Amino acid sequence: MAERPAALLRARDLTVVLGGVTVLDRLSLEILPGLRTVVLGANGAGKSVTLRALHGLVPPASGTVEWQGGRAPRQAMVFQRPVMLRRSALANVAYGLAVNGVDGEARDRRAREAIAKVGLEAIAHRPARVLSGGEQQRLALARAWALEPAILFLDEPTASLDPGAAGEVERIVAAIAAEGKRIVMTTHNLGQARRLADEIVFIHQGRVAEQTPADRFFAEPQSQHARAFLKGELPWT
Amino acid sequence: MDLNIAMNFRRLAVTWMAAAVAASTILAVKDANAQETFITVASTTSTEQSGLFKQLLPEFKKATGIEARVVALGTGQALDMGRRGDADVVFVHDKVAEEKFVADGFGVKRLEVMYNDFIVVGPKADPAAAKGKDILAALKKIEASKAPFASRADKSGTHAAELRYWKAAGIEKPQGAWYRETGSGMGPTLNTASAMNAYALTDRGTWLSFKNRGELVIVVEGDQRLFNQYGVMLVNPAKHAHVKKEAGQKFVDWVVSPAGQAAIAAYKIDGEQLFFPNAKP
Amino acid sequence: MFEIFASLKLALDLMANGNAEFVRVVALSLELSLAAAVLGSAIGLPLGAIVAIGRFPGRRSLIVALNALLGLPSVVVGLVVYLMLSRAGPLGSWGLLFTPGAIVIAQTVLVIPIVAALARQVVEDAWNEYAEQLRSLGVGTGRAVRTLLWDTRFSLLTVALAGFGRAASEVGAVMIVGGNIDGVTRVMTTAIALETSKGDLPLALALGIVLILVVLAVNAGAYAIREWSAIRHG
Repeated sequence: MAERPAALLRARDLTVVLGGVTVLDRLSLEILPGLRTVVLGANGAGKSVTLRALHGLVPPASGTVEWQGGRAPRQAMVFQRPVMLRRSALANVAYGLAVNGVDGEARDRRAREAIAKVGLEAIAHRPARVLSGGEQQRLALARAWALEPAILFLDEPTASLDPGAAGEVERIVAAIAAEGKRIVMTTHNLGQARRLADEIVFIHQGRVAEQTPADRFFAEPQSQHARAFLKGELPWT
Repeated sequence: MDLNIAMNFRRLAVTWMAAAVAASTILAVKDANAQETFITVASTTSTEQSGLFKQLLPEFKKATGIEARVVALGTGQALDMGRRGDADVVFVHDKVAEEKFVADGFGVKRLEVMYNDFIVVGPKADPAAAKGKDILAALKKIEASKAPFASRADKSGTHAAELRYWKAAGIEKPQGAWYRETGSGMGPTLNTASAMNAYALTDRGTWLSFKNRGELVIVVEGDQRLFNQYGVMLVNPAKHAHVKKEAGQKFVDWVVSPAGQAAIAAYKIDGEQLFFPNAKP
Repeated sequence: MFEIFASLKLALDLMANGNAEFVRVVALSLELSLAAAVLGSAIGLPLGAIVAIGRFPGRRSLIVALNALLGLPSVVVGLVVYLMLSRAGPLGSWGLLFTPGAIVIAQTVLVIPIVAALARQVVEDAWNEYAEQLRSLGVGTGRAVRTLLWDTRFSLLTVALAGFGRAASEVGAVMIVGGNIDGVTRVMTTAIALETSKGDLPLALALGIVLILVVLAVNAGAYAIREWSAIRHG
């Protein structure tokens, strides 16, 4: 086997306790550069918390998250329900840039570009909170994309959307990945996982049960829990 | 456009603060402009509510160009205001307290201005049979019959006078359920008396301009002892350097001048004179 | 009942053919209450937002203190402001006692707790929705405060109005620090108190009705703005 590239991100023994419940239990995980990772697992397995812990939104009770080079790169996250600020679509994207120190003309230009890339130019000046769910999620992707993150976390980004809007979101995620941004995403839609994933991280009861290339995962899952999961889920995919 | 509006919260916040500062500045400037030309007079509710100042102050302003701002309180509070230096002139009616005020160095010199008279009002039916000219006899009857009596109990000039009359009538300290202390000004006390058909001591001016009389009528009037002397004095600039002594002195001089005295005599309600000028020339 | 109808008629009459003095009293009431609402909001809104979002030592005590201040009798506020502004007090040299400025100060002190407490509620609700997204974007506390104040602006307009209502209906403190000086510090509420003590209850009530109508009109206007904005901005 060729020499493994250095991990972009390495989580070691992450334990997260929320409201007295141990949600992540000494979870360890390596995210290598250049891949699209889909995190799978049953409801309550800890998928969302894993993303939040990696992104730094949830402090771990113990364990560490180490980034390549010792410093977290620019990162972004898209949530299941996007939170839009009470201002125009364009201003929402510009806001994210302003927070990250992009000002003036550059901010304006990058916001417009990102809006265009998700196909929302026509409604760039509409108040963001009156847009449809699908439009808001695309706007959330634009806001994240504009930041040029090295890694983008997506937590069930299509769970609240109809199939058409979900397809649109998938195309955008693929386009972002094609620019070399690292994608780490959760979904409960196995079809979506097949379409988007290079590798699957399967989480069971707060621990990584297996981390496998996607084609191999779907052909012959390594862990017993994943096998059970796929069996249970297969009829609906 | 909306991009800029939304992004520049800071600008909005600055505008907001600027508006706030502007608002307060306007108010401050408004005051500062007026500062040179007005004096503050601490006086009593009885004079204010009788409407006397509405007649007096415009004439004073015409004569001197000075605006007199009247804060109407009980005599005790008005003197306190002077003691704290919050008034330039004190214009009240409690000779004993006024003389102490001057003796303590808070007032420059007390000048007598005018008098009106106190009256006792009470229910038309007069359950205590107090009607008459003799204030002391009337109070004795009220006390004996335990008919309700409303007292201001607010350390005002009227309250001080009331207590003196009780004492003179041989009643050291009236008490019992019939004696009700309202702890408020003349008007509110009359409102209370009207509501519960009680007797009350009041100055004639407030009574004449009082509208909510109900069953109340005048029960006692005309006793020499009911005369109520008003005095005016400048707050001592030696105690409070900011006192506007020239403008304040002008007010004092004017109210005891023939012009001021004439203006006081001219004030009438329904043809009845309320205040009788008696400044010593 | 007759008195109430008489007052209604008198109120309408005052508004229809209000003399200069009446208009001046109403205008002064509005002017001072608006100034106090603006000043109180300028301080109270950020204060409420900081308490809602910030995590700092003493935050809980601050919340308790703010809530306690809501119940503060206005006469006490009036008295404290009076003692501060009195010539014998620490701020006596400002010469503000018995001026409109003194009224605004007392009203502002009364407005701040109510605005801060209500703003805290509004901002906290919004923060529950926004917190993850904003932290994900890398927003710090300071910017979060500003962002949420701006994003809840329509609700906060209602909050500022509650402050205005508090200021406009205030009488105890205004009487003490303003002195109810005719033509200078006589506002609607102190005029009502004065007419009441003169026993002219119909006129007092009529002024009260006018006061209610004025406050109502301001609120209706703000409500309309809010509704329109909610539809427009979501």
